[in-house]
Amino acid sequence: MKAVYGWLLLTPAAILLVGFTHYPAVATLWDSLFSTGTVVRPSRFVGLGNYASLADDPIFWQVLGNNFWFALGTIPTSIALALLMAIWVNDRLPARALVRMAYFTPTVLPMIAVANLWLFFYTPQIGLLDQIGALFGAASHNWLGDPDTALACTMAMVVWKEAGFFMIFYLAALQSLAPELEEAAKMEGASRWYFFRRVTFPLLMPTTLFVLVNATINSFKLVDHLFILTKGGPDNASSLLLYYIYQVAFSFFDTAYASTLTVVLLVLLAGLAVVQFQLVERRVHYR
Amino acid sequence: MSAAGRRAPLLETAAAWLLALLWLSPLLYAFWAAFHPAEYATRLELLAPLSVDNFAKAWTYAPFPRHFVNTVMLVTMVLSAQLVLCTLAGYAFARFEFAGRDIAFGLVLVQLLIMPEVLIVENYRIMSRLGLVDTILGIGLPYMASAFGIFLLRQTFKTVPRELEDAARVEGCSFVGVLWRVYVPLARPTYLAYGLVSVSYHWNNFLWPLIITNTVETRPLTVGLAIFGAPESGVDWGVISAGTIMAVAPLLVAFLLFQRQFMQSFMQAGIK
Repeated sequence: MKAVYGWLLLTPAAILLVGFTHYPAVATLWDSLFSTGTVVRPSRFVGLGNYASLADDPIFWQVLGNNFWFALGTIPTSIALALLMAIWVNDRLPARALVRMAYFTPTVLPMIAVANLWLFFYTPQIGLLDQIGALFGAASHNWLGDPDTALACTMAMVVWKEAGFFMIFYLAALQSLAPELEEAAKMEGASRWYFFRRVTFPLLMPTTLFVLVNATINSFKLVDHLFILTKGGPDNASSLLLYYIYQVAFSFFDTAYASTLTVVLLVLLAGLAVVQFQLVERRVHYR
Repeated sequence: MSAAGRRAPLLETAAAWLLALLWLSPLLYAFWAAFHPAEYATRLELLAPLSVDNFAKAWTYAPFPRHFVNTVMLVTMVLSAQLVLCTLAGYAFARFEFAGRDIAFGLVLVQLLIMPEVLIVENYRIMSRLGLVDTILGIGLPYMASAFGIFLLRQTFKTVPRELEDAARVEGCSFVGVLWRVYVPLARPTYLAYGLVSVSYHWNNFLWPLIITNTVETRPLTVGLAIFGAPESGVDWGVISAGTIMAVAPLLVAFLLFQRQFMQSFMQAGIK
C-alpha cells in the first residue's frame, strides 16, 4: 500500500522530468542519426553521417577550442580571486559586510544585464577602456570586433560575474577551519604567506576541487552574454558550443546537425559528472 | 559568518576595498549614466545635474510594464508548481519504500546536470507539438519538476524524527495530513532557501525564454532587455542603463535586504 502511495506522490514530477529531460535527451541521440527533413526531401536515416560532417566542420572545432580557452581563461582566475576575496572577507575588516556585498553582487544580476553594462566598456572611442587608453596615448581599438580580443573581453566579464559566487564556498570552508591552527602557527613564528601555503591552501583543497568541477560544468552553459556582446563573432572568434547549437538550430534550421552537436555537449557534461562523482566518492568534496 | 578572524593589516584592507570598488564600478557607472543627461554619460563631473529622463524614456521605448508582468507571472507560476511537485516527490523519496526507488532517484538527479536549456532543440519540438510555443506556461513547464528541489526537500524530510510522524498518525492524520502538518512546517528554512534560488534563476534566465517566445505578450524582462539593449537598436547609453537598472532592481533590492539568506541559499544550490 505504501508503495502505491510512493509512486503516486512521485508521478507528477516524474512525468515532467521524463518529458523534458529524459525523453529529449534520448530523442537528441536518435535525431542525430537522421538528416534534417525539408519540404522536398524528407528526413532519412544517415547513420553516423552527421558525425562525419561534424568532424569536417571547422566551426565546430573552433567553438570547441573557444570553449577550452574560455574555461582555461576564466576558471583559474576566478578561483584565485574568489580565494583572495574569501580570505579578506574572513578577516576583521572595517566595513566587511559592505565589501562582501560588493564581491557577491554580480552573482545576482542576470547575464544579459551584465553584458549590457560591460558593452559600454568595450565600445570603441567612447568606451571606458578606450578612454583610459587615450590617457596613455593608445589608439582606439574595437575590442569586441577584433577576433584577437573578443573572446578575452567576454572572459574578463565572466570572471567578474563568477568570482563572488565561488567566494562564498571558500568563506564557508575558511570558517570551518580550527582557529587553533593559526594560533599555533603564530606561536611558531610562521609568516602569513607560509601559513597560507602550507596550512590553509592544502586544507581548502576539497573546496577548490569542488569549485573547479562546478565551474567547468558552468563554462559550457554560460552563453547569454554572447547575444549582447558579440553574437559569437567576429568569425566565430568568441562563439561557444551551446551558442553554436542555438545558431545551427534556430538560425540555420539544421535541427539534425544541432542534435549531433547537442550529443557532443551531453557527452562532455556526462564526462564531467563522472569526475564529480568520483570526487564525492573520495570524500574530498566540501560538506 | 561569524565575527571571528584576525584583524587585517592596513595594506590588505586597502587592497580589499579597492577590489570591492572595482567590483561595484560597472553597477555604479550604470547608475551614473542612468541618472544624468546624455552629455554627462562619459564625463564624470561631480556637479552634473541629476535627471530621471532616461528612466521615463526607457519605460516608453520598450514595453517594460508588459515584460515585468510576464516575468512576475513566470516566476510565481514556476515557483508554486515547483513547491508542490518537489514536496510530493521529496516526501516519497524520503519516507516511502517502493520498488525502483533508488533507480528513480538516480534518474531525477540526471536533471542536475542536463538542465532544460541544454536540450533546446528537442524541447522546442516538444513545445510545438503541445502547442505551447510563445506561452508563459511553455517557458516554465520544463523547470517545474526540479531535481534540485526534490533533492533538497528529500534531505530535509529525512532529518525529521519518525516519532513526530508516528504521533501525528496516532492522532488520525492521513499521509497528506502528516506531510502538511509535520513535514512542511519543519522544512520552512529549506523552502525559503530554495525559493530565493528559484526566483533569482528564473528572473535572470534567458536562453530558453528567448527561444520559446516570439511576442511582447510572453517575453520576460531578460529577453525584452536583450532586444532593447542590442547595439543595432540605437538607443543611447543612459537609456540602456536605466532600462537595465529597472530590470534588475527588484532582485537587487531583495538581495541588499536579505544578503545573508541569499548567500546561504546560493551556497546550498551550488553544493547540492
